[in-house]
Amino acid sequence: MENKSGMQFGVFSVGDITTDPTTGITPTEHERLKAMITIAKHAEEVGLDVFAAGEHHNPPFVNSSTTTLLAMIAAQTEKLLLSTATALITTNDPVKIAEDYALLQHITDGRIDLTLGRGNTGPVYPWFGKDIRQGINLAIENYALLHRLWTEEVVDWKGHFRTPLQGFTATPRPLDDVAPFVWHGSIRSTEIAEQAAYYGDGFFANHIFWPASHTAQMVKLYRERFEHYGHGTAAQAIVGLGGQVFMAKNSQDAVKQFRPYFDNAPVYGHGPSMEDFTAQTPLTVGSPQEVIDRTLGFRDYVGDYQRQLFLIDHAGLPLKTVLEQLDLLGSEVVPVLRREFAVGRPSDVPDAPTHSSQVAKRDAALAVSAL
Amino acid sequence: MPLKHIAVVAAGLSQPSSTRLLADRLAEATVRSLAEHGDQVEVTVVELRDLAHDITDNLLTGFPSPALDTAITAVTSADGVIAVTPVFTASYSGLFKSFFDVIDKDSLSGTPVLIGATAGTARHSMVLDFALRPLFSYLRAVVAPFGVFAASEDWGSGDETTTTLPDRVARAGAQFADLVSGHSTARDDAFDGVVPFEEQLRRLSADS
Repeated sequence: MENKSGMQFGVFSVGDITTDPTTGITPTEHERLKAMITIAKHAEEVGLDVFAAGEHHNPPFVNSSTTTLLAMIAAQTEKLLLSTATALITTNDPVKIAEDYALLQHITDGRIDLTLGRGNTGPVYPWFGKDIRQGINLAIENYALLHRLWTEEVVDWKGHFRTPLQGFTATPRPLDDVAPFVWHGSIRSTEIAEQAAYYGDGFFANHIFWPASHTAQMVKLYRERFEHYGHGTAAQAIVGLGGQVFMAKNSQDAVKQFRPYFDNAPVYGHGPSMEDFTAQTPLTVGSPQEVIDRTLGFRDYVGDYQRQLFLIDHAGLPLKTVLEQLDLLGSEVVPVLRREFAVGRPSDVPDAPTHSSQVAKRDAALAVSAL
Repeated sequence: MPLKHIAVVAAGLSQPSSTRLLADRLAEATVRSLAEHGDQVEVTVVELRDLAHDITDNLLTGFPSPALDTAITAVTSADGVIAVTPVFTASYSGLFKSFFDVIDKDSLSGTPVLIGATAGTARHSMVLDFALRPLFSYLRAVVAPFGVFAASEDWGSGDETTTTLPDRVARAGAQFADLVSGHSTARDDAFDGVVPFEEQLRRLSADS
């Protein structure tokens, strides 16, 4: 067994178009979209498990249609699990999410799951006819409907945010009648951790922009509530983490190469020094060994978890550099992480969910209820 | 004896600063009046100049550095806050405003606040009422009616025919101490008391 830890490792792309601060070159939308596909394919080539794409509806981001993008990637890969980072549960019609992703689930033979989020751009709400003050309520009601559309054949439904449904069947039905696995993503909303726990779904902590202590509190809350709702013990809750790395064989080279990208990055650039930011958040800039050590440390404050995704293709980093980062992840980092995360991992901690594990789980539940 | 925590926020930039001088006088008057109430007092001074970079970083990244986090916790958990700013361009300084911008908007709700300001001339004295008071009203703090404005001339003027700066400081401190003595701040931990999901769902369906 290669994947002894039961964990999935991969990369997630925000899909930003950012000028490379070292060359002044800005990729076109076409180049950036093609680069995302190349990155995903290379993630599979180097032995990673997951590629996830963000969804945005405003420049400087390019991916507005995740199922289209993921279908193209699925057609050119064999094993890679495709996911979202995130899919907007607030402004998309949950009926369309149910149908789009069920269809994607079929044509990829189950190689998909979703991370749901609320987005990062205020005007997207009014652009899609929604009220940003209802952000949490939209996430709750829309997912409640999405969940029913995937688990119930015929749905009668009435809510606040879309037209009622009478006798509606979302098509196609999920593959093998098992809904795509869902992670709920959040940086700081405790309501979303509570939502994930209520359904027994996964919880994905952004783990990029905020200190580790904050992520630790969010995950602890999710785990406690997961147990409260009877889905298993707190240690058996399904946790995913983001992370952000830049590597070179030699630590000093990584620092030197990444600094101009850090200093000009859209989110935190022109703010804290790279040294302060790496100390205060999970960002790691250094040798593969430093990335291994830091990443293994995540377990100390979130417990044994299921999925680790890294952000490696933002802030104007050119495609060639991103592919080199993937080479380092695949050859030097992830094999060690798989081995080391397996050490001391309790046997009752679930492996990362896949379509086949979800089918098995459903069958086991049916067998119990048939007794 | 009850222990009261007072946080002093001073936004002066020069060293030494008349803003800090006024803040210290106000803190001293408050401690003296609280002692008369039988309250023990612990005073924490937050000099925003020392946190200027951290405050800007927080505006950009969305989270506080450990040093800023310590200062924010001292202010939001205090039983009373003394907030003093120099007047810059007809209002509180940008640094003063930025500090309160990075604090959660509910985290001073109900907290007694004593406002103070300093400037070169008395022509800015209304800044207490047209700038500081609305700011803290928005934050739902309890702003003491008596604030203290000190122009440069106030530090060297006054006789028995006028109300001097020390008189105004003493009266402000006494009034603020009354508010603090009858108040104690208890903040909820965001991770405690999460609304159960059934309750969230019920709220959505209740008025449909």
